[in-house]
Amino acid sequence: MNKYWHVVGVGIQNTLVYRVNFLFRACFALIPLMATIYLWRAIFASNADSPRIAGYSLATMTSYYLLATVVDALTAVAEDDWQIAADIKDGRISQFLLKPIDYLAYRLCLFGAGRIIYTAVAALPVILFIVVQRSHFVLPSDGLTLALFLASTVLTALLQFLMSYTIALLAFWVLEVSTFIFILFAFEYIAGGHLFPLDILPSALAQALSYTPFPYQLYFPVSIYLGRITGDELWRGLLIQSFWVVALYGLARFAWDRGIRRYAAVGG
Amino acid sequence: MNASSHSRAFAGWGLLRRYARLYGALWRNSVVREMGFKTNFVLWIFVEMLWFALQLAFIAVIYQHTDRIATWSKWQVVMLIGASHFIQQIFTAVFLLNCSNLSELVRTGRLDFLLLLPVNTRFLVSFRQIDLGAFVNAASAVAVIIYAARQLRLDPGILEVLAFLALCVAGVLIHYFLMFLLATICFWTVRAQGIVWGYYNLFTVARLPDGAFRPGVFKAVFTFALPMLLVSNVPVKLLVGMLESPLEIALLLGMACVCFVVSEAGWRASVRQYTSAGS
Repeated sequence: MNKYWHVVGVGIQNTLVYRVNFLFRACFALIPLMATIYLWRAIFASNADSPRIAGYSLATMTSYYLLATVVDALTAVAEDDWQIAADIKDGRISQFLLKPIDYLAYRLCLFGAGRIIYTAVAALPVILFIVVQRSHFVLPSDGLTLALFLASTVLTALLQFLMSYTIALLAFWVLEVSTFIFILFAFEYIAGGHLFPLDILPSALAQALSYTPFPYQLYFPVSIYLGRITGDELWRGLLIQSFWVVALYGLARFAWDRGIRRYAAVGG
Repeated sequence: MNASSHSRAFAGWGLLRRYARLYGALWRNSVVREMGFKTNFVLWIFVEMLWFALQLAFIAVIYQHTDRIATWSKWQVVMLIGASHFIQQIFTAVFLLNCSNLSELVRTGRLDFLLLLPVNTRFLVSFRQIDLGAFVNAASAVAVIIYAARQLRLDPGILEVLAFLALCVAGVLIHYFLMFLLATICFWTVRAQGIVWGYYNLFTVARLPDGAFRPGVFKAVFTFALPMLLVSNVPVKLLVGMLESPLEIALLLGMACVCFVVSEAGWRASVRQYTSAGS
């Protein structure tokens, strides 16, 4: 166990090099966020006779996007998938086959380290932005909601990581995985709720999406926070989210085992 | 016209032909390179189409819940998304790779080689590579624009279409001038790659109807400093007849000129302090 704490330490030191880059990225990302919030404001203003749109007030809608930004900073995979694919392509995983280190656990530690640093750097601009928007920012209804939101966010991070990890393992079979990474990202972007909260979709469509893992990659924890998912539905959701984490873990292990058989250690 | 101005005009024509031939050679080069990875070429087109569809889906969902965003109706916004995608894809086809590769040229010192060639260096750096797949995606954007125009029962004359295209070109050039300026930051700090990709966030602003933004800091910045709210809004407003005054066209063209001047000044200042790298 000790060795993995060491990996986290190394990961933190390595990602600290990119802190300015992270700050730029976090600041740049506020631009589309602001644009989306203004867009919704204009939509609410254009429908002044109805203060709610699909059950959202302007404040909950704004909060949705602000929280999505926070959850994204805490859980999104940044460079990990590219690095894993490059490790495989360039034969660098050979050393993990020789050492008593599990590659998945190793990458998970690096992912965690990267998220810690990114969150620490992004906290300043994001919190400042939330303070500016505070009149439209709602707080969770009680402590339990907040705790469940945090628990779900941890599961989201695991889900994000495992999914990217599995896609990156495609590098065992194909030379160029970047297109697959972008295709997955596109699905996460719309079906995960980055673009809009999924419950403004026609209910049949929202229902269909709930059978995929994507809503649990962002939409679900945010909806817990906003109190839009409560009671039995909430507990069932957490169970399904845990199921997806376990299922993707199994898939990742399976893909690794199959991939390693094909692995030719090019240049390694 | 006296003899010397005559010969100068002749030299200018010769220069133009020389650069056209050069660009032709760079094109052939890019085609050969792309055809080496055919599957990848097709997959990238698919990825871009997916993202385009995603933007349109967003609009479709929003208009389930409202009839208007400020004064903009659904098909007007669809046309706006189409136009901004068209502008973005033409920009990608011609300039994007070159802008993002600049930092690599500087980091490895390969820029030395380009500086020595008897050709304008900015020309070479800006036009070295062409992304052919982006032209296919630009075509899909044109299809969406035409479909939206049908839905709006527009019947533009040839002059209007030409004016629309000219304004789109101005938009493409604005993106190029600004991103090239951002890319020249790599002369001052080694890791500028991230900054160039940060520009992608600005495309999001260019997709939105300007009417959604009330006068304020945000609108001022994205009109007069980074004119994202002009780039695709003005051509579409021309086509659908939403322009409030011809001043908007003048503003777009004026901002294009300003961006050119600033971008060129930034490039010159950067090259002046370039001190190669490596061997």
